[in-house]
Amino acid sequence: MAGIKVRDPAKALKYILLGFWSLLVLFPLWTMVVNSFKFKNAIYLDPFGLPKSLNLTGYLTVFQNSPFPRYFLNSLIVTVVSLSVILFFGSLAAYGCVRWKSRYSRWIYLFFVAGLTVPIKIGSVNLLQIMIKLHLIDTTWSVVPVYVAMGLPIAVFTLYEFIRGIPVELTEAALIDGAGPYKIYWSIIVRLVRPALATVAIFNLVPIWNDLWFPLIFIRRDSQRTLILGVTRLFGEYQTDWSKILAVLSLSCVPVIILYLTMAKQFISGLTAGAVKG
Amino acid sequence: MTSSIKVRKESGALWLLYTLPALVVYIAFMAFPVVNSMRLSFFTGSGYSLDNFVGFNNYVRLFTDPNISVRFFTAFRNTWVFFAIQMLVQNTLGVLFALILSGKGFKGKGFFRTIIFIPVTLSVLVTGYIWKLILNPEWGAVNIILTKIGLGSLALPWLGDTRTALAAISLVSSWQWVGLPTMMFLAGLERIPDELFEAAQIDGAGGWLTFAKVKLPLLMPVVGIVSVLTFVGNFNAFDVVFAMEGANGPPDYATDLMGTFFYRTGIAGQHPIGIPDMGLGAAVATVTFVVLFAGILLANRLTGRGEAEAPRRAGEGA
Repeated sequence: MAGIKVRDPAKALKYILLGFWSLLVLFPLWTMVVNSFKFKNAIYLDPFGLPKSLNLTGYLTVFQNSPFPRYFLNSLIVTVVSLSVILFFGSLAAYGCVRWKSRYSRWIYLFFVAGLTVPIKIGSVNLLQIMIKLHLIDTTWSVVPVYVAMGLPIAVFTLYEFIRGIPVELTEAALIDGAGPYKIYWSIIVRLVRPALATVAIFNLVPIWNDLWFPLIFIRRDSQRTLILGVTRLFGEYQTDWSKILAVLSLSCVPVIILYLTMAKQFISGLTAGAVKG
Repeated sequence: MTSSIKVRKESGALWLLYTLPALVVYIAFMAFPVVNSMRLSFFTGSGYSLDNFVGFNNYVRLFTDPNISVRFFTAFRNTWVFFAIQMLVQNTLGVLFALILSGKGFKGKGFFRTIIFIPVTLSVLVTGYIWKLILNPEWGAVNIILTKIGLGSLALPWLGDTRTALAAISLVSSWQWVGLPTMMFLAGLERIPDELFEAAQIDGAGGWLTFAKVKLPLLMPVVGIVSVLTFVGNFNAFDVVFAMEGANGPPDYATDLMGTFFYRTGIAGQHPIGIPDMGLGAAVATVTFVVLFAGILLANRLTGRGEAEAPRRAGEGA
């Protein structure tokens, strides 16, 4: 009721609060990036300001004489392959579950959905044994089937809802034209559920790219490491080379941040939906 | 007509074929290992093969062997503290941010939303390392700022003191994940129909009363979801401690969580020996699973949601 009087201070308070939090979010990222361009002394003397003289040795050593480009490539391959397989297998299965009208398909669907509630880490002990048996241990490829298995429940769940929403007439017409189920899947279903495929991809992209656990327990050999696993070496090996440590840290999160900033809306809705419903 | 009937008749096997690739991978690398890991908790063996059935022996050791149980109960307790701090911070800030962002005529919603959510997209490991640098007792930004504003006495070795280390890590984790509850609360608030607010206004309810009587009750289911999410995430958390303190949960196991304890027992091996006790590790994982399951059931009961609105974020160490 005392609205008019209070409105402005209240509004100011809101902006102060969000502004403060924004600083708290950006400050660590800022210090990481600016200090990666500084000389060691400058980091100690002036940890927050812009660099007075540019030190690129951190970045140069990362690109020229270190395994990090290799780690980066490994992570890229793991992420792209896992996502492609998740989307392909997931959409096939969702399509099958929707079109197959029987209680078995219902069971299969529920079986997938049950995976949403189970953290796969619980199975780590056995997964480690399986990787040893399959001779995948200590290879970059070892993490791919685990990520695929991890991503399938959310993929099947999301795509099932979408595919079920596609009007039957659309596929019926193609059926009369003599198109087989696979043709229908490939030329109609996949096209129509593209937004859902994007959501599934975004939801899985971030955890796969950022995962430490499975590379850590499966991979020791240097050349096979993913980027995030490679980052764990930093503090052991370059103990005091801060510009290098910070350069690597910056490089390891910049790709995702750029991707995020270009598609913030999709990321926020994808990750939130995935976290909740997945 | 006949052909379409024929298609339908033979579809059973055909549609099964469509689900098969996904089923095979999902069973082989998720369903089976999860169940089999629980079975393995009843076995022991040397190295990576477990072939000696020992009944409940691993569980007995976990709960009663003085060397093991002290670590287990410390990690168990720490995980609850870790969880409690995050619940407090994330729900409070999440609701607060969401209330501000959902305000009518609030400018800059998209901007702030984007910033608040940035940390969610970062790797937990990288976040942990950055904050470890910032919290460095000698030249970390936090202590420099504290000294500059005359609070030098508060410039503590945050990560090295048993009294502050766990809280510090929990706050870093909250910093990282608060974007998720914020977005969930925001979505929850935006789902509330405007008529409800108008009705409240007509009844003479002010801002605070509208919040307490209209918004908060409608947000309670979201609080339930956030709790379950945080709970599952925290009982699997590993990366943040690994990055900021190391897998042993120093100082003096003050930051040892279920995740790090599991890693040491089942995967990496305890400190001096370095040989994993995989049977025991499987038992730790199984206990974690049981706790999670009980927690999720309880949360569903409390918030009155029948359907399991449970998360799968879990694996990512939320």
